[in-house]
This record gives sequence, C-alpha cells and structure tokens, in this order.
Amino acid sequence: MRLTHLVSGVALLALSAGAASAATITIATVNNSDMIRMQKLSPQWEKKTGNKINWVVLEENVLRQRVTTDIATRGGQFDILTIGSYETPIWGKQNWLLPLDDFPASYDYNDIFKGVRDALSANGKMYAVPFYAESSFTFYRKDLFEKAGLTMPAHPSYDQIAQFADKLTDKAHEQYGICLRGKAGWGENMAFLDTMVNAFGGQWFDMKWQPQLTSEPWKKALTFYVDLMHRDGPPGATGNGFNENLALFTTGHCAMWIDATVAAGMVYDKNSSQVADKTGFTSAPMEVTDHGNGWFWSWALGVPASSKNAKVAKDFLAWATSKDYVTMVGETDGWTVVPPGTRESTYANPAYIKAAPFAETVKASILSADITHPTKDPVPYVGIQYVAIPEFQAMGTQVGQLVSAALAGQMTPDQALKQAQASVTSTMQQAGYLK
Amino acid sequence: MSMRSKTQPVAGSFAWLAALLMFFPIFWMILASFKTEVGAIATPPQLIFTPTLENYRDILGRADYLSFALNSVIVSFGATALAILLAVPAAFGMAFYPTARTRGTLLWMLSTKMLPPVGVLVPIYLFCRDVGLLDTRTALVIMYTMMNLPIVVWMLFTFFKEMPKAIIEASRIDGANVWQTIVHVLLPLVLPGIASTALLNIILSWNEAFWSLNLTAHDAAPLTAFIASFSAPEGLFWAKLSAASTMAIAPILVFGWISQRQLVRGLTFGAVK
Repeated sequence: MRLTHLVSGVALLALSAGAASAATITIATVNNSDMIRMQKLSPQWEKKTGNKINWVVLEENVLRQRVTTDIATRGGQFDILTIGSYETPIWGKQNWLLPLDDFPASYDYNDIFKGVRDALSANGKMYAVPFYAESSFTFYRKDLFEKAGLTMPAHPSYDQIAQFADKLTDKAHEQYGICLRGKAGWGENMAFLDTMVNAFGGQWFDMKWQPQLTSEPWKKALTFYVDLMHRDGPPGATGNGFNENLALFTTGHCAMWIDATVAAGMVYDKNSSQVADKTGFTSAPMEVTDHGNGWFWSWALGVPASSKNAKVAKDFLAWATSKDYVTMVGETDGWTVVPPGTRESTYANPAYIKAAPFAETVKASILSADITHPTKDPVPYVGIQYVAIPEFQAMGTQVGQLVSAALAGQMTPDQALKQAQASVTSTMQQAGYLK
Repeated sequence: MSMRSKTQPVAGSFAWLAALLMFFPIFWMILASFKTEVGAIATPPQLIFTPTLENYRDILGRADYLSFALNSVIVSFGATALAILLAVPAAFGMAFYPTARTRGTLLWMLSTKMLPPVGVLVPIYLFCRDVGLLDTRTALVIMYTMMNLPIVVWMLFTFFKEMPKAIIEASRIDGANVWQTIVHVLLPLVLPGIASTALLNIILSWNEAFWSLNLTAHDAAPLTAFIASFSAPEGLFWAKLSAASTMAIAPILVFGWISQRQLVRGLTFGAVK
C-alpha cells in the first residue's frame, strides 16, 4: 500500500514538473496561405513538445503597425513575430530581436540560400529565420504569344515587353497586354516601380544620400510605365495591387504580368486559375542593367527581445523553418505549396521539381536578386525594392501616391517626380542624412 | 388632395431608395460569403451561383469565433454601462445647474474627439504595459468609455435639457434629495433617451477597430480583430472576409433590429412638443 502511494506520488510529481515546463507562446503572423498552413500543422509541434500556441493572425499592414508598436515599446505581447527582410536588419541593429544563431546542427544553416541569410542578418548575425522567400518575374500567356507568333526571350527587355503588350492588347475583348501594380504603397506600386527604375539605371540616393528622383532614369522609367499602362493596361489600374492583378491574370484578362514569384503557385492552381496550363514564366525585364530588375522579399520569423518564452519560441522556429517541415508540407498538402525560395534542399528534391515547373525560374530569380548591389551605380543602402532605413516606409508610400496620381493622369510624371524629390529631400534632411 | 398626401409617396420612395442604397453593401457582402473565392471576384459579378458554406466552415475551423464574440459583447456592454454611469450625473449637473463654464466644458469634451487616436497610441500603450492591462478586456472597456463619453454626455445633456425644470423643483419641494430626484423622477422620464444613447454607444464600441487591434493580442481580441485576420494582400480572400464580416456584424444587426423601436423613440425624443 505504501509502495503504491510512493509510486503515485512520484508520478504526480513527474506530471507536475511536465506541466510546469510546458509554455504558451503567442505568434503574430500574416494571413497568407503559407502561414495558415503552418498554423494548421502546428498541433504536431504542440503534441511533440507539450507547449501551446496562441495565434494572432492579421493583415500585413495591420500586423506591421501592431508589432512595431509592441517591439518598440518592449510590450512583450508576442513571442514570435512575422517580419520581412526590410524590418529584420533594422530591428536587429536596435537589439529589438534576439539573435537566432544557436539552433541545433540538424537545422543546417548552410542549406538556406546565402542571399536569404544575408538579408535577414545584421552585424553578421541572423535575427530572423526565413519561412519563404520571393523575387519577381514575368508571367505570360503562352497561348496568346503562340497565336500572335511571338516568342518570349529568357531575359526580356522593357522595350520588348512594350512591343509584345502593344500587339496583344485587345481592349474590345477585355484582353490587356500587361497588368502591373498601380495601387499606392511602398509595398505595392513602389515594389514594382523600384525594380523598373533599377533596370533603367536609376537609384533612390547617391553615395552622399542625395535623393535622385528627378534623374533621367527615374523620368524615363516613370514615363515608360505610365505610357505603357495607358496604352495596354486594364482600366482602373490605380486600384490594382497584387490581388487584383492576380484575379485579372487568372481569369484570362492579362497577356503579361510582372509580379511576385510566389504567385506562381496560385496561377498554377487549377482550382482557382483559368490559365493554369497556359502560363509561362521568364525573368523580370531589364533595360540598361539587370541589377535589381527583380525584387527580393522574405517573410521570416523572429523572436522579440521582450519575449518571456524565448527558448520555447526558438524551438518552434527551428521546427517550422526546418528541412523536415518542408518535407512534411510536401507529403501532406502537396509539393507545389511547400514554402519556396529558402533552402537548397527544397530545389534538390525531385518530387518538388517535378510538381512545380516554375521552381527553377523562381530559384534563379531569387539567387540573382542581390540586395547588396541593387543598382547599376553604387549606392549607400541595401534593398532592391526598398531602402533598408527606418524612414523608407513613409517616403515610399508618399512617392507611391505621387506615382499613382501620375498614372491616374492627375499630374505629369515630371510633376510627380519633382514633388517626390522635394518630399524625400525634406525627410532626409529632417532625419539627419543631409546637412 | 392635401399637400401632405401629395408629398408622402415621393418622400416614401426616397426613403426606400436611401434604405436600399445603404443596405446594398451589406447584401453584397452576405452574397459574397456564400460564393467560392473565384466566384467572389468574377467579372461580371455573379448573381446566380451555387451557394457554398465552405467559407464559414474554413473560418470556424481556423478561429475561435465564440471567444471573439464574447469579448465583443463584454467590452461593448461593459463600456456602455460605465459610460452611462459616469455621464448621467455629469449631464444632470450641466443641464439643471449650469455655470458660466458649462458650455465651454461641453465643447472641450467634444473637441477631444477631434484628436486622431494614433497621436496618443504610444503613451496609452506604455501606460497599459506598465499597469499590466495589455490584452485585457479591462483596457478596452476603459478606452471605449473614455472615447465615447463626450458623445454620451452630449446626448444625455440634450435629453435632460428637454425636461421642464419645474419637475425637478417639485420633487425637491417634496423632500427628494439629488440622488432620489435623478433615480425616481428624471430617469423614468428620459429612459427612451438613455436607451438610444446606450444603443448607439454599444454599436460604436462594437465597431471600434483601432484600439481593439492595438491593445489586444489573443485573450481580449474582439470581433474586429477576427475580421482583420481574414484580409490578405497576397491571395484571394474576399469570400472568406465576407463570411467573417457577416458573422461579426450578425449579433449587432440582430440586436439593432430587436431594439429599433426603442432607438427611434429615443432619437425622436422631444422632437415634437
């Protein structure tokens, strides 16, 4: 009897110890299919570790504002944050994030593409681990090209893209030669336009942080963009962001679309796309240079310095961004939907290559997107479709609004750029970059 | 035919037209919630389609709707009760015992509504962090009370002003103290006004998004945070977002429908003497 009591007591103690070590972590993330899949699969990690996850899912812009407030004030409401390659180095330098360089050897840091690792590092340390990465490239309708006797080159120029668009536009049948982002925002129209300006040989700042928005490449690029969209773009393009163009392309209204590589999986999904078997992929267009002609972005996961469960949070990250996780997604949900653009091993997997015909083009686009050399001439900043300084979000959105106004015909491209130059110069002076 | 009977059908038609225009976005949202994601963005828009409950199933599988809804109910009703409790004595004092500064005070209270909330986000966030109120329903109740208090005081002040002062004086002569006067004489007379003020306050609190998104994370997140979790810049989301919005507005819509008689009575209180 006494032995039974002793055994029961020990078992109870062991259970209590187990319960005490289990923790609840809160993860703030964006609402996209990859993150929702992670949420769906996370009970497996919970079951394995005994820990619990509270999910806070928000729209990207709301999330950005929400987590910025929390991390800047050390609010400590989240243990894991979903952040981009823009925020990671800035927040890492501020010591707002914990370094993530102590995962077990099986995590295999070297399997992550070097460019992705660099984009998520500051002072030589990784401050976030990539969930997926993307570049931009050109989607085109193979059937329309074939019908018109056109051939899409492997590395098209913007002049060629314009010629194709002119030939493939048939507004009477709601077929538009090209669909491009027009909705104002640093992550919307400016993400595309920045790559276009880079391809035309332009840059945001010279080596002395002097704004360059009235330089010839900017004028040429913006005039080209506005003219092309007026001739061959869909109506109401100033309201079109990623989703709107995705809808236009997948319902057969666009002959070409230059946008995020992550859209490839959606365009290829026969359940939601009418052009799944008619779409081809090629690199983002270049013009005078191919530096920065395709963007780089990664949605990554970081642990704020204010987290009270950092150890458990890191354990989850090591699971959710591992090679095993990629395999698990491939085997449970299909290989076309595995998180793309982060690991060599994903692209060495024959099952993935077979299921995703766009995989090699995506990989090539991501590998060629060098955020440390984004422009033809040297610049003092990193970032292709953004400038990795805290002031950029506001500047980018303001310039995006002026670009959108030029597209709407409310002002000429020259007027828009003059105003943009004045506004950016003022911000840079206030921020102390310019004397 | 009198002038009144001539103008009535015209006015009625305009009222119907206005009502239909106002209801159309809600109708379209409910319709979209039963479409597939591709159907929801189809051009030309689909009016005839096979309805699906897939969006509602997905939403209920992904998020704990009841927890969000419970937070919304507790926070909006709690904030309303607190605001009424504070506003009744304030409005009573200003309506029946005005001073030289009453008008200025009322205008000052209203002017606080003109401050953009983001301007005070950081100090309030820091305050909530330091007193341990982040992600609590208490924080939202306090914020919503403070936010809506000027409107509640103004509305109650207007209703109280409609009451003849003689009633108050009579009750005082009969020996009632201030509290008894408010509770037994004034409140029964202005009950429709208080009810409509409370209803408006509940609706305002229910729909508030800025503070609910910024001060909560998981435990205290109300339905506005629930809706925000179904919007996405990459990928199709209209059908699911419509389903989430329909589920979020359903309780307050039903509540408004049930209490519309009281609301109209309160809002037209004192309009015809």
